Amino acid sequence: MALELAFKISGGDFSNAGKASSRIKKVLKQLNIDAKSIKKIVVAIYEAEVNVAAHAWKGEVKATVGEENILVVVSDCGPGIENISLAMKPGFSTASKEVREMGFGAGMGLSNIKKNTDELNIESRKGEGTTLTFRCYY
Amino acid sequence: MKISEIIKYADARIVSGSLATDKDLEKAFSSDLMSDVLTLDEESILLITGLANLQLVRTAEMADIQAVLLARGKPASAEMIELAKENGLVLLETPFSIYKASGILYAKGLKAVY
Ligand SMILES: Nc1ncnc2c1ncn2[C@@H]1O[C@H](COP(=O)(O)OP(=O)(O)OP(=O)(O)O)[C@@H](O)[C@H]1O
Ligand SMILES: [Mg+2]
Repeated sequence: MALELAFKISGGDFSNAGKASSRIKKVLKQLNIDAKSIKKIVVAIYEAEVNVAAHAWKGEVKATVGEENILVVVSDCGPGIENISLAMKPGFSTASKEVREMGFGAGMGLSNIKKNTDELNIESRKGEGTTLTFRCYY
Repeated sequence: MKISEIIKYADARIVSGSLATDKDLEKAFSSDLMSDVLTLDEESILLITGLANLQLVRTAEMADIQAVLLARGKPASAEMIELAKENGLVLLETPFSIYKASGILYAKGLKAVY
């Protein structure tokens, strides 16, 4: 029995980035998943949501909560990531001044998503968008 | 260190959460960068920050942070307080700078995350 959840995110909308991770956190808590696993999952989702708000135009989060793992797909329409391995490097960031003033833009997000997930795939097309697919086992 | 002690040492004001369940925290971290806070493996800590926005409260929620001390007199907005209450996050405001609040609390025994 898998539970499907979906959320929309708009580019630039920082106050709504976090809605998906917040809702998913509540669902996982209800399923009695241990706190450490929940933290890893929701931190990864939150980082991905903030990336859509910070770098893309609009996007969505889709989560499939299964018995042993959660599968998350965060896709956006946006400028895309030209060089994924460079973007994954801690410290690399093209974040705007506004994003930095909001407490983000240190270039830590993608590497933190990698650290907190068991499987991660990033696909991106310049000028079209980016799709992050990741899975975490509980 | 109890929340009530943090309030006393940092001359702070509690704007979300109650002292009825006076949480006991062992460690703290000072940062304005949510990107850094999200990389911490430690939970149940006090976060000392000069960043007063909704993303701070979201970050605390995702990182399982128990309490936040807003430094240099930055007031928490109504939106922040509402979300903090919803999540059971303790929000404190201090007139002290990050440096001063961190120094005092460290000297009183609140350990560093690293
Ligand atoms: N969804 C996206 N669309 C377009 N570019 C992206 C996207 N996600 C990441 N990037 C690019 O990759 C860079 C690194 O991303 P990463 O999340 O690691 O850091 P950041 O978002 O800049 O800062 P932080 O995550 O620490 O707040 C970004 O600065 C941006 O150039
Ligand atoms: Mg990021």
